[in-house]
Amino acid sequence: MKIKENIAISESGFVFDSNTGDSYHLNTTAQIIMKFMKEDKDEDEIQELIMEEYDVDTDTLNLAYYDFLTMLTQFKLSENE
Amino acid sequence: MMKKKIFEKPIITKINAGVPDKFGMQNQIKAITHIDQVAIKDIIAEYGSPVFVISEQTMEETYETALQAFSTRYPKVQFAWSYKTNYLNAVCRKYHQLGSWAEVVSGFEYHKALSNGVEPNKIIFNGPDKSDEDLLLAIENKSLIHIDHFEELYTILKLANTTENKPKVAIRVNMDTGVYPMWDRFGFNYENGDAWNAINRLMLSKKVDFMGLHTHIGTYIMVGWAYGNAAKKLADLAVKIEKKFNHYIKYIDMGGGFASKNTLKGAFLPGTDTCPSFDDYAESITNALIGSDINPEHMPTLFLETGRALIDDAGYLLGSIIGNKRLTSGRASTILDIGVNILFTSFWYDHLLYPAEETSNYTEDTTVYGPLCMNIDVIRESLPFPNMKKGQHVVIKRIGAYNMTQWMQFITHRPAIVMIDKEGKTHLVRKRETNESIVNEELVPDYLQ
Ligand SMILES: Cc1ncc(COP(=O)(O)O)c(C=O)c1O
Repeated sequence: MKIKENIAISESGFVFDSNTGDSYHLNTTAQIIMKFMKEDKDEDEIQELIMEEYDVDTDTLNLAYYDFLTMLTQFKLSENE
Repeated sequence: MMKKKIFEKPIITKINAGVPDKFGMQNQIKAITHIDQVAIKDIIAEYGSPVFVISEQTMEETYETALQAFSTRYPKVQFAWSYKTNYLNAVCRKYHQLGSWAEVVSGFEYHKALSNGVEPNKIIFNGPDKSDEDLLLAIENKSLIHIDHFEELYTILKLANTTENKPKVAIRVNMDTGVYPMWDRFGFNYENGDAWNAINRLMLSKKVDFMGLHTHIGTYIMVGWAYGNAAKKLADLAVKIEKKFNHYIKYIDMGGGFASKNTLKGAFLPGTDTCPSFDDYAESITNALIGSDINPEHMPTLFLETGRALIDDAGYLLGSIIGNKRLTSGRASTILDIGVNILFTSFWYDHLLYPAEETSNYTEDTTVYGPLCMNIDVIRESLPFPNMKKGQHVVIKRIGAYNMTQWMQFITHRPAIVMIDKEGKTHLVRKRETNESIVNEELVPDYLQ
């Protein structure tokens, strides 16, 4: 899954969808994940990088990560590769 | 090794320009970790999840506040605990200890009150369904019988012929108080003359002690003045009785119905902002009685059968997260081990739900489901709630009224009920059900053995 081309992400955690005009706010963890996704890192890599920096077990991260991806799909911000 | 940072669940929220959230943008939810200094995790560890908790401290404080509101405004005030609201023996006995009489509406409740040590002449017997045996016992015990309909009135007059004891009776009156829908199915109507008619039949029979007038205008009444209107009408009847029969009634019973601070479903503002206080209700009722034409030498005692407003705040329901699910609409949802079968009042109220431990500051609009395999099992359709993990605990506040009497046993055992005393000690006051306690009531016909 990757972030659509037309999605802009600001340094302060704002997301703008130029197709719809909708904007969104991200918390810090979501910002990190979106940034890595924009850099075309794959899921395993992203999860590993997060686990290096944050105190979180695999199950909790997995649940949170897939829930976040569901939200991206829901908001039509992502597309399948 | 460097200490790792605390993990926050990743969250993306849509910004809706111009449509601020009802309560502003900040939705941080504070955790409730303790009830009366007792840690919630300790209660659940000892008594299981879910579990009901009753705070004796809160019961007492609320009762004192209510009593204070009325007794500073009126010379003679007597509360009678509405058994149906919560008839756990521990709860009833606490109210009796505080000075409450008992208000019951069935033979079952009447016998419960007797076994809780209430003197029979301090039991008010209400309701449409009193059997002849119940009535006879109540007559012989000198309990106060509140008559609901003409059939009952004639039954009592007939029973009066069979015993030495004069029945002590009042009639329940219903009336237009300005609040709708009007509860006209209980008691005798004021406006159409039924109430006056019933009074005349009883007084002229000379077979009963006519003690008082009763009304219960409804429940969760959100305006004090409705009680003022009701009290005025009962006072008018009292004055008519005085004039025609030279008889002074002993009491006026205003029933229950004061709103607790819960928020009704669909209400825009929380109940804490909109519901009258005990002082508001007391002001309306006592003004109407004091301002009436009742002979000041014979002011009747004011009885109150307050239920939910006394006990709701003292009750908590603790539970645990079973799992989380993202609905196909994108909405967050969480599943609790608390179903609507044990939280009956969730059909009327948007109950307050809190995490029982510190969680992330980020909240999401969440639907909260119970564990029953049924679509109606929704505890909250929508509330801002943090993401919580399986096994973490939650608290539902202000649930002391009706849930512990109207609960249904369904697919599993009903939970234990624990009382926290004023010293912060917990006491089991109702055991969690077991397979045996439920199946014991069943019988299997021989041919299916
Ligand atoms: C006769 C009577 N009295 C008192 C009550 C208690 O009412 P509430 O819990 O609304 O105070 C009820 C409740 O239905 C009732 O029927």
